[in-house]
Amino acid sequence: MSDYYLPETVLPWALAEPALEQPYWDAARENRLLAQRCGSCSTWQWGPEWICHHCLSSEMTWEEVPQRGRIYSWERVWHPVHPALVNATPYIVVLVEVEGAGGIRMLGNLLGDRGQPVEIGGEVRAVFEHHDDDPEKPFTLVQWEAVEPSASPA
Amino acid sequence: MSTSTFRGTTAIVGVGESAYYKHGRSPDSEFKMTLQAVLAACEDAGIDPKRIDGFTSYNMDRNDPSRMSAALGIPELRFANMFWGGGGGGAAAVANAAAAVISGIADCVVTYRGLNQGQFGRYGASANPKDAAYLVSYGVLSPAQTFAMRVTRFMHEHNIHRDALKAIALASNYHAQANPRAVMYGKPLTAETYDESRWIVEPFRLFDCCMENDCAAAVIVMAADKARDLKQRPAYILGAAQGSEYRNQARVHNAPLYGSSSFSTVGPRLFANAGIAPSEVQVAQSYENFTGGVLMSTIEHGFCKPEEANEFFTVENLTAPAGRLPLNTSGGNLAEAYVHGMGLIIEAVRQIRGTSTFQVPDVDVSFVGSGPMVSPVSNMLLGSENTL
Repeated sequence: MSDYYLPETVLPWALAEPALEQPYWDAARENRLLAQRCGSCSTWQWGPEWICHHCLSSEMTWEEVPQRGRIYSWERVWHPVHPALVNATPYIVVLVEVEGAGGIRMLGNLLGDRGQPVEIGGEVRAVFEHHDDDPEKPFTLVQWEAVEPSASPA
Repeated sequence: MSTSTFRGTTAIVGVGESAYYKHGRSPDSEFKMTLQAVLAACEDAGIDPKRIDGFTSYNMDRNDPSRMSAALGIPELRFANMFWGGGGGGAAAVANAAAAVISGIADCVVTYRGLNQGQFGRYGASANPKDAAYLVSYGVLSPAQTFAMRVTRFMHEHNIHRDALKAIALASNYHAQANPRAVMYGKPLTAETYDESRWIVEPFRLFDCCMENDCAAAVIVMAADKARDLKQRPAYILGAAQGSEYRNQARVHNAPLYGSSSFSTVGPRLFANAGIAPSEVQVAQSYENFTGGVLMSTIEHGFCKPEEANEFFTVENLTAPAGRLPLNTSGGNLAEAYVHGMGLIIEAVRQIRGTSTFQVPDVDVSFVGSGPMVSPVSNMLLGSENTL
């Protein structure tokens, strides 16, 4: 048990295509946030893909992006659809438009009070949640927290 | 406007269902229920089941057409076709059947869907392994969790209130009270019960979500000139479309048009193919995985402008016989049964025949949309003889 926002046990963490995705996850271990950028036409891209959706170049690079953004959409989950989540609800998921990266969005949880009001457009910053329980397979989730926490509802 | 060769060249000539059950309540297996639906559709059409020479379905339906052919003693299987994706495939599977008939590949094609969630597991409790590291790690597993943020974004952009979602849920349940097949028959839903129901994931309460059922349904597609000699009034296929807009499924929720039901191009394309205007549609069956998908789909098909939504989506406007756009007149996935949208296709046919349990008077043009918010989605317009 730990301070993780959600239990790890829903599905074991794994990458579908490590050769494509690994740089993002390696950087997160070091508290750095990366996204894909086309080496040919400079288009930003997220999630990771083998080619640039704009110019179709396969020269995709990884570039560091600001660890800040604004909430593009959100949801508060009340019904635990998996036994591992029974004691974890409610929880908040945010879709964050990352600052200065061509409008790409990253998805994570909004840390803090699980009942907090959430506003589209609200400013958030990244928090790196390191999962080190399995020394063979450590990983880091990028979470988010409000820059100006909303006042609790009266 | 040039219309496609689809227009009026084929028809749905028969419809059939198994009995509909809450998940886990069916005494029969999924395959047996699917056979029941196919046989019922043949009986309805008045054709010998051995006339069937093709099958189409969607979402990797487990009821393999080769076993179906063997079980039914089909003399020659000429077409077996599966459409990619999930519930967005219902109308597309019927369109694929029609395409086979029009091109001469087959003459009598059955589109079916068997879905016994008691036997094979509930959709709502399943974890989607697609992009798992980026989604499941953060608790985004189920369909409701996958789609809620699209709806919230859309409602934010257009300042649409949750009462619009409530009206969709109440209209569906209201229609189901006249439909003895409906799982919610005899279980009316009030505004108070809706308001007090628990959140599943904001903005969806319990009654914004489709049911999970054990059920099967089938329709039969044949050429229009043969349809006229059969038992039922034909429901002519006036047009069909499928697909989704630019980068609709860009990974990790990066679709450029995020607040969308995936119908922003597929909706207008349908009407162009059929040579019909949205204002000519008299009754609509719109797939409800969640009420928010119906809201966006209705707007993306041009039945209502986004800025009119708060006035348009009322129980009065959405109910038969006299509402502005009677919607999901059998109860649909929310209240009749979740046959993955096949029940909605059957209801669209019944409205053309004049045999719905909540009939809209003198229907000539009937709409059905399949699977909002997924990709590919699909849709179809059915018409009476008057539209040809």
